[in-house]
Amino acid sequence: MSGLSTPSAIPLFRLRLWLLAVPVLLLVAYLVLMDNGAVSQMGAYLHELMHDGRHLLGVPCH
Amino acid sequence: MVRTLLVRGLLLGLLAGLIAGAFAFAFGEPRVEGAIALEHATGAHHDHGEEALVSRPVQRAGLFLATGLYGLAVGGIFALVYAALRGRVGPRSDGGLALAAAGAAFAAVILVPFLKYPANPPAVGDPGTINGRTLLYVVMIAVGLAATAIAVVTARHVTAGPWARWGAAVTAFLVPVVAAWWLLPAIDEVPDGFPATLLWEFRLASLGTQAVFWTALGVLFGWASERAARRSAATS
Repeated sequence: MSGLSTPSAIPLFRLRLWLLAVPVLLLVAYLVLMDNGAVSQMGAYLHELMHDGRHLLGVPCH
Repeated sequence: MVRTLLVRGLLLGLLAGLIAGAFAFAFGEPRVEGAIALEHATGAHHDHGEEALVSRPVQRAGLFLATGLYGLAVGGIFALVYAALRGRVGPRSDGGLALAAAGAAFAAVILVPFLKYPANPPAVGDPGTINGRTLLYVVMIAVGLAATAIAVVTARHVTAGPWARWGAAVTAFLVPVVAAWWLLPAIDEVPDGFPATLLWEFRLASLGTQAVFWTALGVLFGWASERAARRSAATS
């Protein structure tokens, strides 16, 4: 049943606005994976809170 | 249309992140605990436990927060890339495109950096070099993504049949990746006497966590997209 309809491309003008979400999502990923407490105590706390996830998701960690 | 895809990516990414978190909790946490125990035994350079900012039980729970948020963010980006590719690049079926995109992303963003700079458990790695190591890791991700783009463009120019096309695509992917593996500086900060078995098992669990995440994301997103396509075909 797959491929019933050949998908048609989404016009780029429809995509453009949504692409603004990409930097926001990248910031979330950065905060989870790579921020090393640069954003004061809050950053340090987040770093320690998500410590195990960082190690196991495979990004460099302290 | 794009909104539907984005919401789908965010929600299924969150779900895939939690599934990967469960895998990491079962297979990775014992190795993290083992490494921390060693770190304490040999004179810790990094605080874990009672005096630390966050206690170990909270850090273990924080694993799910980390993989869930990671899944949410990555799932959203995946959906927007999928929206841009759909009907332009890759397989024609919705499910096929989701699986192909997830597989390519795993190779580019996870496998390429992992094979050069593998994951390390606590007690491995010098805190003084974290910024340099993070930068090199991001460079490897960029190389993986660029190599994937080069491979796709190359494949589209080859019309001599699937063997030639796949051969050209794989070669176009591997040349920049192997060059980067060869040229970028090596990092070896494993302390003397750190058990090789523990290191290997941790790295396997870490790669497994990412493999579970990308498999779950590709399968869930593909399944949901196929279902949506069937429904819109049935109603129109």
